[in-house]
Amino acid sequence: MRFVIERDALSDGVAWVSRSLSSRPIMPVLLGVVINAKKSGVTLSGYDLETSAKAEVSADVKDEGRVLVPGRLLSDITKSLPNKPVTIALDGNRVSIISGSAKFALPTLPVNDYPNLPELPSETGRITGEMFAHAVHQVAIAAGKDDSLPVLTGVHVEIEENKLTLAATDRYRLAVRELSWEAPRASASALIRARTLHDASKALIGSAQVSLALAAATAQERLIGFSTSGKSMTSRMLDGTFPPYRHLLPNDRSATAIVEVAPFLDSVRRVAIVADKTIPLRLTFAPGSLILEAGAGEEASATEELEIAFDGEGFTIAFNPTYLVDGLSALGTAYVDMAFTGASKPAVLSGRESADGQSDSSYRYLLMPMRYAS
Amino acid sequence: MPEIKASTILHVDMDAFFASVEEADDPTLKGKAVVVGAGPRAVVTSANYLARTFGIRAAMPVAQARRLAPQAIFLPNRHHRYGEVSTQVMSIFNDFSPLVEPLSLDEAFLDVSGATRLIGSAREIGHQIRSRVETELQITCSVGISTTKLIAKLASGRCKPNGLLEIAHDRVLEFLHPLPVRELWGVGPKTAEALTRLGLQTIGDIAQTPRATLVRALGSSQGESLYELAWGRDFREVAASVSDKSIGAEETFARDIDDNEELLAELLRVTERASRRLRDQELATRTISIKIRFSDFTTITRSKSIDLPTDSTQEIYDQVRRLFTALGLVRARVRLVGVRLENLESEAGLVEQLTLGGREQGWRQVDKALDRARRRFGGGALKPARLIESESESGERAGEP
Repeated sequence: MRFVIERDALSDGVAWVSRSLSSRPIMPVLLGVVINAKKSGVTLSGYDLETSAKAEVSADVKDEGRVLVPGRLLSDITKSLPNKPVTIALDGNRVSIISGSAKFALPTLPVNDYPNLPELPSETGRITGEMFAHAVHQVAIAAGKDDSLPVLTGVHVEIEENKLTLAATDRYRLAVRELSWEAPRASASALIRARTLHDASKALIGSAQVSLALAAATAQERLIGFSTSGKSMTSRMLDGTFPPYRHLLPNDRSATAIVEVAPFLDSVRRVAIVADKTIPLRLTFAPGSLILEAGAGEEASATEELEIAFDGEGFTIAFNPTYLVDGLSALGTAYVDMAFTGASKPAVLSGRESADGQSDSSYRYLLMPMRYAS
Repeated sequence: MPEIKASTILHVDMDAFFASVEEADDPTLKGKAVVVGAGPRAVVTSANYLARTFGIRAAMPVAQARRLAPQAIFLPNRHHRYGEVSTQVMSIFNDFSPLVEPLSLDEAFLDVSGATRLIGSAREIGHQIRSRVETELQITCSVGISTTKLIAKLASGRCKPNGLLEIAHDRVLEFLHPLPVRELWGVGPKTAEALTRLGLQTIGDIAQTPRATLVRALGSSQGESLYELAWGRDFREVAASVSDKSIGAEETFARDIDDNEELLAELLRVTERASRRLRDQELATRTISIKIRFSDFTTITRSKSIDLPTDSTQEIYDQVRRLFTALGLVRARVRLVGVRLENLESEAGLVEQLTLGGREQGWRQVDKALDRARRRFGGGALKPARLIESESESGERAGEP
C-alpha cells in the first residue's frame, strides 16, 4: 500500500472517523482506524460497535492495500503535520507517514480481525447541515444525562411525510422541534443517544446536504445513518420507547409574556449567581414588569426588574435557572414568547423575531416550575 | 399573646454535667467538692454544687479555685466520656420526641407537642425525663417548660439544680418582666450597657419602652427583636439537629431470598421505614445508598446522589430500585437488605422540581397524609399496596414486625 494525499483532506477524514473510536473498547482492534487504499480513492473507517464512521478521501494511490493503525496516534499525527502532501506507505509491518521533513512510523494492528461495519440504511430524506445542527442542538439540551434512565438520554426522531420532528425530555423540560424537509419515504421513527446525534450534527454543520437514513422498524439492526459527500456515520438506536409527549403540549394559555431575550438572559444569569440547584429563580410577572429574584432570608439574595409586555393576571412562578437559561439560549430569536397556564404548570417558550411579530411554534421548550414543598 | 398556646417546649439542662458524670463514675466522690479542670494553667470546666458554695465557678483558673477550696477534688477533663454520656442523655430525649435540638453536650430543647397525646402533659414528660436520666445515668437535670424556647430556658435556670418549673402561657409576663435585662437572649455586656443608659434595668422596663426608642438605640434588627422577646414573643422553633449523619434501616430475612421482585418489595419496606424516620426528624436526603448482604456474608453497597434533597418515600424508592436493578442480580441468595440516607439537611424550604405529566399533588402530600394516619392509628395502619400482599405471603420474618 502506498498513496499521496493532501494534508487537509487527510486530517478532515481522520477527524471524522475518530469520532467513533472508543478509548476502552471490548476488542483491541477497535482502537484502530482502517485505511483502505484503492485506485478509486482511500477510505478511512472507525467503529466502536455503537457508532461507525467512514470517510472517502481523494488520493493518488500508487499501490492498493488495506491496513489497521492505532487511531488516536494517527489523529494526533495528522493534526500536527505541516501543510504539504503526505505520503503514506506500508513498509513491512509498519506504516510510514512522511510529510516534508517529518517522518513517522506506526505499528499495524491485525486488520483481518476487524469487524465489518454495519451497512448504511437507505435514505429517508435530506436536510441542510446547518438547519439539522441547529435543530438537534435545540432539543439535545433537554435530554437527560442520567444513564440509569437510558430512554431519556435520547432524542426522538419522527418522520411523517414531509415533517421531521425532534424531541427530548429529562422529565423537567421538553424540547420539540418541527422541520419541513424533503422525504421521499414517509413515516419512520427512531431514538438516538442525544450526545451521539449532537456530535454528529455539529461535524456536519458545513454540509450543504445531509442525508438521513432510518432503518425500518423491522430491520434486524436498528440503525440511523447520516451521510454527506464522502462521509457517513451509523449509530445504533436506543432500546425502549420514548414517552408519549404530545399531550403534554398545552393547547391554551392564561397569560403571555413577550420578553427580549438578550437582556432577559443577562438578568437571569446575574440573579442566578445566588441560586444553585436547590434555590429556584422566582419570576413575578405583572403588566409591563418582570421581577426576577433568588435567595431569601439570611442567605444571599438578588433581585432585578425588566420592562416587558405581559398579558394576563400577575403571578409568580419559580424555575431552575439553568433550565431557563438553556431554553432561552436555544431559541435563536430576538424575543421569547412565554405562555403560562399556572404556577405549577409548564411554561412554554417559543421564539419570535420582533416584539409585535408572530411567534414561531416550530420550536417549543416546555419547562416545569419548581415549587416550595408544603 | 395572640393565641393561647400549650406549654410544649422543654429546656433540659444537666446539673453540673462534667462533675456529675465524674461522681456517677466514682461513688467515693459523693459528698465531696468536685471540680473538673486540673493542671497549673487550666480553667474550671465544671464544679459540683458543693464546690460552688466556695465560690468556684466555671471558667475560673484552676489555681484560683484551689486557693478557694484546697480540700476539693480536682479532676482532669475526660471529654470522650462526657460525650458518651451526652449521647445517652440525648437518646433518652429522643424517646420522648423526634424534635430535639441539642445546644451543647449538656442541654437541649425538646418540642413535645407530638407526644402529649401518647404520654401526657409536658410536665408529665418532664418528670419522666428527669427520672429516667437519674435512674439510668445517676446524674440529675433540671427542666424548664413553657410555650417558647426563651421562657423554657429561663425557667430551667430558675429551678436548678434538680428541679422542674413550668411557666404557663398566662404567667409568662409575670415571670419574665421582673428579670434583669441581661437574662434576655442576645443581651451581652455591650447591649446591657446601652440599655442601662436608657435607664432600663428589667425586662419589664424594655417591654414598656416604645419600640421606636429601642430601634433608635440598638438598630432595627436588635431593637425589634428585644421588644418582641420582652413580651414573651419568641417564634423560633425547636429544630431537630442534623447531627445524625445518616438514617438507615435494614432487614435480615428469616430465610435467604433469591427473587428480585421479592427483594424489591423488601427494599420498599426498609425505604418506607428510613424515609418515615427522615420525615419525623423534618429532614431531607441528598444521598441514597443500598446495602445487599449475600448468603455468604459478602456485602455490597451502592449509592446515588441527587440534585434536590427529598423526603419522599416514592422518590427515594425510585433511586433504590434503580440502584438495585443496576446490580443485575440473577437468583443471587440475599440474607439482608438495607437502605441508608445520607447528606441530610433540614426540610424547611425544601424545593420540588415538578415533573412533566407528574401529579399535581406531589408524593410528599401522600407521605404526609400517611404519616398523620400512622401517628393516629399506629405503625401498621397503612402501607404501600405492594407490601400488604408480600407480607401475607411471606409470613414470619426476623426483622421488626
